[in-house]
Amino acid sequence: MAPLLELRGMTKRFPGVLANDHIDLTLEPGEIHALLGENGAGKTTLMNILYGLYHPDEGEILVRGNPVKINNSAEAIALGIGMVHQHFMLIPPFTVAENVMLGAETLQKGVFLDRASVSKRIRQISGEYNLQVDPGAYVKNLSVGAQQRVEIMKILYRLSDILILDEPTAVLTPQEVQDLFKVIRGLAERDVSIIFISHKLKEVMEIADRITVLRNGRTIGTTRPAETNPAALARMMVGREVILTVDKKPATPTEPVLQVENLQVLDDRKQLAVDGVSFEVHAGEILGIAGVQGNGQTELVEALTGLRAIAGGHTRILGKETTRATPRQILETGVAHVPEDRQRDGLVLSYPIADNLVLNSYYLPPFASGVMMHERAILATAADLVHQFDVRTPSTQALASTLSGGNQQKVIVAREFSRPIKLLIASQPTRGLDVGSIEYIHQRVVDKRDQNCAVLLVSPELDEIMSLSDRIAVMYRGKIMDIVQANQVTREQLGLLMAGVKERMKDEK
Amino acid sequence: MAAIAQVKSQPVTFSRQRILGAFYTFVGLAMLYLFTGDTKPDQLATLGMNTIRSVQLIKLPDIIVPVQPVVWTLGALVVILGVWQLVRGFRRTGLLMGAVSFLFLVSFLVWAARGTSFSLIGILSASLQLATPILLGALSGILCERAGVVNIAIEGIMLSAAFTSVLFANVTGNIFVGLAAALGIGAILAAWHAVLSIQFKVNQIISGTVINIFATGFTNFLNQRIFYVTTDLNTQVTFPTISQLVPDLGKIPILGPLFFDQGPIVWTSLVLLVVIQIALFNTRWGLRTRAVGEHPRAADTLGINVFRARYINVILGGIVAGLGGAYFTLGSVGRFDKLMTNGRGFIALAAMIFGNWTPTGAFASSLLFGFADALQVKLQILINQVNIPSEFLLMLPYIVTMVALAGVVGRVTPPAADGEAYEKQ
Amino acid sequence: MTNSVPVEESKKNATPPRLSVWRAILNTLAVPVLALFSALVLSAFFILISDPVILNAYKNFFTDPGHALALSWQVIANAYGSLFTGALGDPATMANALRVYFATGETKDLLVAFWPLSESLVTSTPYIFGGLAVALGFRCGLFNIGAEGQIFIGAIVAAFVGYSVPGLPWIIHMPLTFLAGAVGGAVWGGIAGFLKARTGAHEVINTMMLNYIAFRLADYLVNGPMKRGGAAGNIPISRDILDSATFPAFFPDPIRFHMGFFVALLIAVLVYVFLWKTTLGFEIRTVGANPRAARYAGISVNRNFVLAMALSGALAAMAGAGEVMGVNHNFAAAFSPGYGFDSIALALMGGSHPLGVVLSALLFGTLRSGATKMQSIASVPIDIISIVQAFVIMFIAAPAIIRWIYRLKAEGGVQVILARGWGG
Repeated sequence: MAPLLELRGMTKRFPGVLANDHIDLTLEPGEIHALLGENGAGKTTLMNILYGLYHPDEGEILVRGNPVKINNSAEAIALGIGMVHQHFMLIPPFTVAENVMLGAETLQKGVFLDRASVSKRIRQISGEYNLQVDPGAYVKNLSVGAQQRVEIMKILYRLSDILILDEPTAVLTPQEVQDLFKVIRGLAERDVSIIFISHKLKEVMEIADRITVLRNGRTIGTTRPAETNPAALARMMVGREVILTVDKKPATPTEPVLQVENLQVLDDRKQLAVDGVSFEVHAGEILGIAGVQGNGQTELVEALTGLRAIAGGHTRILGKETTRATPRQILETGVAHVPEDRQRDGLVLSYPIADNLVLNSYYLPPFASGVMMHERAILATAADLVHQFDVRTPSTQALASTLSGGNQQKVIVAREFSRPIKLLIASQPTRGLDVGSIEYIHQRVVDKRDQNCAVLLVSPELDEIMSLSDRIAVMYRGKIMDIVQANQVTREQLGLLMAGVKERMKDEK
Repeated sequence: MAAIAQVKSQPVTFSRQRILGAFYTFVGLAMLYLFTGDTKPDQLATLGMNTIRSVQLIKLPDIIVPVQPVVWTLGALVVILGVWQLVRGFRRTGLLMGAVSFLFLVSFLVWAARGTSFSLIGILSASLQLATPILLGALSGILCERAGVVNIAIEGIMLSAAFTSVLFANVTGNIFVGLAAALGIGAILAAWHAVLSIQFKVNQIISGTVINIFATGFTNFLNQRIFYVTTDLNTQVTFPTISQLVPDLGKIPILGPLFFDQGPIVWTSLVLLVVIQIALFNTRWGLRTRAVGEHPRAADTLGINVFRARYINVILGGIVAGLGGAYFTLGSVGRFDKLMTNGRGFIALAAMIFGNWTPTGAFASSLLFGFADALQVKLQILINQVNIPSEFLLMLPYIVTMVALAGVVGRVTPPAADGEAYEKQ
Repeated sequence: MTNSVPVEESKKNATPPRLSVWRAILNTLAVPVLALFSALVLSAFFILISDPVILNAYKNFFTDPGHALALSWQVIANAYGSLFTGALGDPATMANALRVYFATGETKDLLVAFWPLSESLVTSTPYIFGGLAVALGFRCGLFNIGAEGQIFIGAIVAAFVGYSVPGLPWIIHMPLTFLAGAVGGAVWGGIAGFLKARTGAHEVINTMMLNYIAFRLADYLVNGPMKRGGAAGNIPISRDILDSATFPAFFPDPIRFHMGFFVALLIAVLVYVFLWKTTLGFEIRTVGANPRAARYAGISVNRNFVLAMALSGALAAMAGAGEVMGVNHNFAAAFSPGYGFDSIALALMGGSHPLGVVLSALLFGTLRSGATKMQSIASVPIDIISIVQAFVIMFIAAPAIIRWIYRLKAEGGVQVILARGWGG
C-alpha cells in the first residue's frame, strides 16, 4: 500500500540560505512520525511547504499516491492536511466555536452563522477523541493546554487525517505533555497520521513510531526509537559529540544582591501574574527560575527591571530599594538584562551594531559628555567588543538586522557583560539558537557567576535550568512552588512542581 | 489604531480619583458662578418643542423653565457629586463623567436661553442630521479597520464625493447619477488606498494622507476650473426630506421633526448602521472580516484569502464614505464649497474609536459629536446671551473630539492587527 | 556556521569604491527625481481634462487625432513652461539683464529678471522649517499632521511680539520674536505629544483637531484683539511689526529674499547635529526606531514623545514666524497657503533627513513659486501643486511603482538575513 504522504527531493531556498536540501520523507497511515532537528535545521520550513505556506523550489509531494501541488492552506486543508503551529493561530476575542468554524462556516438560511450546530459537532468530536473542549468559551480565557486542544479540534473538525504538530510541548507542563501524548496515541489508533516536529530528544524517543533527523536542511537519517538512543540522535542532530551539560565548579555564593519580598505584579489584563513571590539571589550563584512559559516569569522579569509597575511587595538590589525605580535607575545600579525577545526588546535592528552596543550606556562617559556624543569612542569600544565576543560581521557599522540570531544574541551579551554589573537577569537567553551559540552563551554565563556576579536565569527549557543553575525556583501560576538545590533534585520532581504539585501532596482530581 | 506609547500601568489610582473629584467640584462651582451671575430672578427659558410643521397637527406645550432655580439646583448637584468623588469615589467613573457633562450642558442651555427661547426639538433634530456624515464616516472606518486596514482618507473621500456628486448631478440633470458618482469615487479612492497599503505595503497613515492631499488638490483645482467658470454646474441639487414628500408625516409631534424632517441619506445611514451591526457579528462575511483584522495569519492558515477580504472591505468602506460625502451636498446645502467637509472625516475616526469599533457605539458617539455641532450652530443665534466669540463656538466640535479621545483611548481596544500590512512569507 | 556565509558571499561582488559612490548617489536620487517627473506627468492629465478647449478637441479625436494631441502638448508646454519661468526665471531675460548690468551698472532689469529665482528661495524658506518639523516627528515615529496649525500659532505669536514690544534693539528683538513664535509652536505641538504620552491618543487626530482650533483662534484674534483697525477698517489684519523685529531683505524691491533663508539653513544644521550627535537626539531616534527596545534601554518613551512633538511644533512655528518677520511683516487671515501639509511630502521626499529636507524644500519652493505664475499666465489653479504632491508622496512611499515603471533594478548590496520566519 502506498504511504499516505510522501515528500521527494523537497528543496527550498531563501536569500543566502538553503533551508531544505532535497529532503525525502514518507508517512504511513496511523503513524506518529517525529521530525527531529535543532533550531534552524529546516523542520518548520518543510512543514510550511506541506501546508501551502511556502512554494518549494524543487521536489514532489504525493498524497495517497497522487502527485499534488499545494499552493495555499485551503488546498492543504482540502487534501486532509492540518497543522498546529508553534505559535497558536487562534483569535483571542472569538469563542472556541468561532475559531473552529472559521473558514468552514455552516450557515443558517444561507446567511447567518449557525453557531448551534457547530457547537454540537465540537462536543461530539470532543467526546470521541477525549479532547475536553468547551465551544462557548472565549479563547483569551483559556489556558495554554486548552488552547492547544482547540487547535487540534480545528483540524479534526475538518476531517483531516494528516496532523502536523510544530513543537507542541514547548508550552506545556510535563503533566500536560503526557495528556497530549495520550491524545496523539488515540488519534493514531484511529488512523490519523501525525508528524511531530521537535528538538527534544527524550520526548521524541517516547512518542514516535519513526524518527527522521534533519540537520542544516538535509535528511540525515530515519530510524525507530528501538534502534537508537538519545546520544546517537544527538550526534545525528549536531554532527559531533554534544556535551549536554556545562562544566562548572561548585558555587561559592556570598552576600545577597537581589532581594525580592512578597512581590505582586499585574499583567496586561490587570490579573495577578506574580502572586507574592519571595527569593534572594546571592553574588556568585545562579538561581534558575523554572516553569512553563506563561506562569508569570515574563512579568516577574519586567517588574525586576523596571519595565512593569509593581503592585505590591518590595525589591532590593544591593540593599537599595528598587520597587519604584525606573529602568534606567535599575540599569545604573549595576544590573544587566538579556531580554526574552532579542529582536523586539534587546536590539534596534535598523541601527548599526556599534549603536546597539551602547544602547543603554550612550549617555555615559566616554560615549558622551553632557549632551554631545563621541562617535570615535563608540566605534572603538564596538570594535573591541565585537572582537572579544566573536561576533561575525564585516563591520561594526553593519546594521544589526544583517546578523544571524546567534550573533545578535552575542551583541546583546557583549553589551550587557561588558558593563560593570553585579546582577545579571537572563531571560530565555538561548531561545532559537543553534547548539554552538548555546554552548557559548552558557559558558559566558557561568564565567560571570565565577566573577562573583549574581545571576537570575529564567528559562522554560528544563535542561538548561538544570545544567546551569546552582539553585532552582519553580514558578507556577505566579507563585514559587519551592526553591531547591540543583544537585539534589530530579527532573521528575521539578516536573511535578512545574505542574503545581507540591511534594508529598496528593493531587485531588 | 495601534498606540505605540507604553503607558506604564499605575497601581490603583488614588490620585486620579482626587483629581477628578476636585475637577467636578470646580465645574459645579463654576456653574454656580457663571450661570447665576447675570440671571434675573424671574427669568424663564422656553425650550421649544414644536416646529412650523408639527405645530399644524398638535401644538405641544413648550417646556418653560425658571432659570435661576434650575441653574442653582444643577450647580449644587454637580458640586455634591464632585465632593463625593473627592472623598469617597464612584466606581463607574465613566457614568459619572457622563452625568456631570449632561448636567453642565442642561444648565448651560437653560442659562443661554434665559429670557428668550430656543428650539429644543430643533437642536435634537439637527443633532441627528449633523451626526449623519460622522456616522457614515465612522461606519466606513469600522468596515476598514475591522479588517485591519487603517483608513484616514475618509476626509478626502468625503470631500471628493461631495464635489463629484454635484458635478455629475448637474451635468446629467439627474440627482441619482450624482449619488452614484459619489459612491463611485468613494470606491475608486478607497481602492487606491487599498492597493497602496495592501499590495505595496505603504504605511497606512501615509497612504491615507496621499488620498487626502490629492482630494484637497483636485477638488479645489476642478472647483476653480469648472465651477467658477461655469457656475450653472454648481447649482443647488438636494434630495427632498421625507416630510417634504409626505407632509403629514412631518406633522407628527416630536417624531415628525426628529425623523421625518430628515432626508434619505440620513435614513440610509440608520439602515446601514443596523445592517452592518448584524452582519459584522452574525454572518460569515463578518466573522472572516473580524478574523482578518485580529489575526490575519490565523485566517490565512484556515484558507481565507486575507488580501481579498481586505480589498473588499476597504472598497465597501469607500462606498459608505462616498455616501457620507454626498450628504454634504445632496443631503444638505446642495452646492459645493471649498474644503466643505471641515475635518468631519477625522471626527468620524474619533467617533469610531470612542464607539469601540462597533456600529452601535459609533452611532452613540456620532450623536454626541453631532450634538456638539448642532449646539455650536444654535449658539451662534444666541450669541448675545452667551458671551463667547463665534470663532470659539466653532471650535467646539474639535475640542469635544479631543476630550472624548483623551478620555477613552487605552480603555478601548482596536482590532489586534489594525494598521499592520500582512506579509505572506 | 550556516548563517554567516551570505555576508562573505556578497563581499565578492562588491564594486570598486569610486564607482560605487556614484552609484550610491544615483540610486538615492533616482527614485525622488523620477517620482517628481512622473507626478508632473500625471498631473498634466488634470490640466487637460479641465480645459474645455481640449475636451472639445478630443471629441473629434478619431477624425483629427493630430489636432487633439498637438493642442494637448501646447497646453501642457504652456503650463509647465510658465511653471519653469515662474520658478526660475526666463534665461533670455536674465542673460539680457546681466548684459545691461555689466554695461551700464543699471540694476533695475537685473532685479526684475532674477525676481522669480529669488521668489523661489523666499518660498522655500518656510518649507525648510516645515519639512524639518515633520521629519523630526517621523524620526520619533510620530506623524505631525498639525504643522499647518503650528505655523499659524508661530505667526500669531511672532506678530504679537513683533509689534507690541517697542524700544528694543534689533539684535535682541529679532531673535526674541523668532523664539517667541517657536515657543508658541512648541506648546501647540506639545499638547498633542502630551496627550499621546498620557492617554495614548493618536497624534494624527489630535494634531488635526488642533489645526482647526488654531485656524479659528487666528480668525478670532485677527478679527478682534489683534485687529489693526484705524484706516484699515474691518480688514482682518494685524498691525505691522516693528522694524526691529524683521528679517531684513538684502536687495531692494521687488526682491524679497530675506535673512530667514539663512536662518532656515542654520536650523537645518542644528537639527542634524541634534539628532545624530546628541544624546537627546539619539533617544528620539531610538524611540522612533523601536520603542520597546528604547524602554528596555532606559529611555523614557513618553517623555520623548512630548519632546519630539514640542520640537516639531517649534520648527513648524518657525515657518510662520519667518514669514511674518521676513515677508508679510504682519499677520492676516488666510495667511498660509498650505505650507504645513506640503511639508509632509517634503519630509518624505527628503527621507526625513535635514539635507534631504533642504533639497526637497528648495524643489517644492521652486514649484510653488512657479505655480503662482502658472496660475496667472496659463490659468492653471495653484492647487495643481497639491495633486503633484500627492503623487510624489505616493511614489516615494511605494518606490516599487517607480521601479516597475522605469524598469529600475532594486538596490544591490549586502543581503539581509531575516532571523525569523525560516528554519525550524
